[in-house]
Amino acid sequence: MSEHAAAITLEGVGKSFGDNRVLTGIDLTIRHGEVTCLLGPSGSGKSTLLRCLAFLEEHTEGIIRIAGEPMGFAPAADGGRKRLPDAAIGRVRRNLGMVFQQFNLWPHMTALGNVAEALRLVRRMDRATAEARALAQLEHVGLAHRAGHYPSELSGGQQQRVAIARALAMEPKIVLFDEPTSSLDPELTGEVLSVMRGLAQEGMTMVVVTHEIGFAAQVGEHIVFLDQGRILLEGRAAEVFQAPRHPRLAQFLQTYVDRGASLVLQE
Amino acid sequence: MLWTHIILLGQGAIMTVAISAVAITVGFALGVLVCAARLSPVAGLRGLGAAYVSFFRGVPLLVMLLLIYHLLPAIGIDVPGVVAAIIGLTLSTAAYQAENLRGGFLNVGTGLVEAARMVGLNARQILLRIRLPIALRLVFPAVVNEAIMLLKASSLVSVVGVADITRDAQNLASSTYRPIEAFTIAGAYYLLLNIVLSGGGSSLSRMLGRHRA
Repeated sequence: MSEHAAAITLEGVGKSFGDNRVLTGIDLTIRHGEVTCLLGPSGSGKSTLLRCLAFLEEHTEGIIRIAGEPMGFAPAADGGRKRLPDAAIGRVRRNLGMVFQQFNLWPHMTALGNVAEALRLVRRMDRATAEARALAQLEHVGLAHRAGHYPSELSGGQQQRVAIARALAMEPKIVLFDEPTSSLDPELTGEVLSVMRGLAQEGMTMVVVTHEIGFAAQVGEHIVFLDQGRILLEGRAAEVFQAPRHPRLAQFLQTYVDRGASLVLQE
Repeated sequence: MLWTHIILLGQGAIMTVAISAVAITVGFALGVLVCAARLSPVAGLRGLGAAYVSFFRGVPLLVMLLLIYHLLPAIGIDVPGVVAAIIGLTLSTAAYQAENLRGGFLNVGTGLVEAARMVGLNARQILLRIRLPIALRLVFPAVVNEAIMLLKASSLVSVVGVADITRDAQNLASSTYRPIEAFTIAGAYYLLLNIVLSGGGSSLSRMLGRHRA
C-alpha cells in the first residue's frame, strides 16, 4: 500500500440519534501518514464523527471504509446496507487505536498493566513479553519510571500519555484522538501535545478532534471544519488557516484570538 | 455469676456467627447469579431476577423465616430449625446483594468499556477483567454494610428455635428473672461482632479502595 493511499474513506455518512440529526452527507478521504484535524464549534458533530470511525457510534447512513474494508455496514446488493457481524467489526477495529478525552484508564491496573493487558489477552503474549513490550511503550511516552503507579496516582497529563501508550502498544495503523487535552489543566496539555507531535513526526496516521487551534495549525496537514453536522470546509492546513475563505471559519478562529490565544499560524 | 452468663451466651454467639457466615457467603454467591440474571440480555431471565428481588425484599424476614419453617415440613421436607433459618437468611440477603452488585455494574463508566473494545478485548474478557473487578471495588462498602445488617437480622432466627445469642438471652432472662442483664450481654455480643466485622471490612476496603479512580 502506497504511503498516500486512503486510510479511511467516508461516503455519504450520516448519523441521527432518533429525531436529532448530528451528521449529514459526510464525504471524506483520510490518507495514510497524514495528521487530520477535525475542528468546529461544540455540537458540530466532530466527536460523533470520530466515534463513528471506530464504530463506537453506529452511523445511520453511508459507508465508512477503514484500510479499504467496510466498517460496521457494507453496501448490500439491493443498494442498501447490511450490518456486519461483530467479529468483522472487531477485525477492522484492529487497524485503529483510540485516545479518549477522559483517558479511560482502568483504575484497578497499574500503568504497566493498562498497557500490557491487551497484549496478553488479545495478542496472547506471555506476561514477561507483554510487560517488556508495555514498558518500552511507556518509555516512548516518557513514563517508564511511572510503570508501577495506578492511574489515581498519576497527573491528568501522565494518564493521557499512558492511554496513548496503551493504544500504540497494539500497533494500530491509525490513531483516533477525541479531544485528548480537553479535560487537562492548561499546564498539562503541553506534555500530551508534544507526545502527539512526536508521533506525527514518525509518520503515524492520526485523526484528531481538538480545540487546540495552535496544534492544528502547526501539526495538522489536513484540516476539516465541521459546522452543524456538515463539512463546511476542508483543505491543506496552510490554505485553510492563512486565508480563512469561509466567514463561519473566520468567525470561529476569531473567538480564539478574542480569548487571547496567540495563534501561531505561521510556521 | 455474671461470667457464667457471659459464657452461656457465648455458645449462642458461636451459633450466630456460624449461620451468619454461611448466609453471607452463600447469599453473596447467589446474589451474583441473581444480578447476572437481572443484567442478562434474555428478557425472561431479567424478569425472573426482578421478581426474585422484589419478592425477597418485599416480604419481612420474620414472616419469611416462619413461612419456610412451616412450609418445608408441610411439603414433606423435614429440616431442623437451623437449616430453615440459614435458607431464609441466605435467600433474603441474596436479593439485597444482587441489587448492590447491579448498582456497581451500572456505575462502571462506559468509557472504560469502550477503551477495552478499542484494544480488542472480547465481551467475556471485558466482563471478567474490566467490569467485574471494578464493580466489586465500587460495591465493597455496600457489601460489608449488608453483612452487618444480616448479622443483626439473624437475631430473628430465635423464632424458629435456633439457639442463637437472642434465644439464649431469652432463656436466660426467663430462668433467672434478670432480663436487663441477659439482654445487655446479648447486645454487647452483637456490638462486638459488628465492630470486628466493620473493622475488617474497612481495612480491606482501604486496600482495595486505594485505586478506585
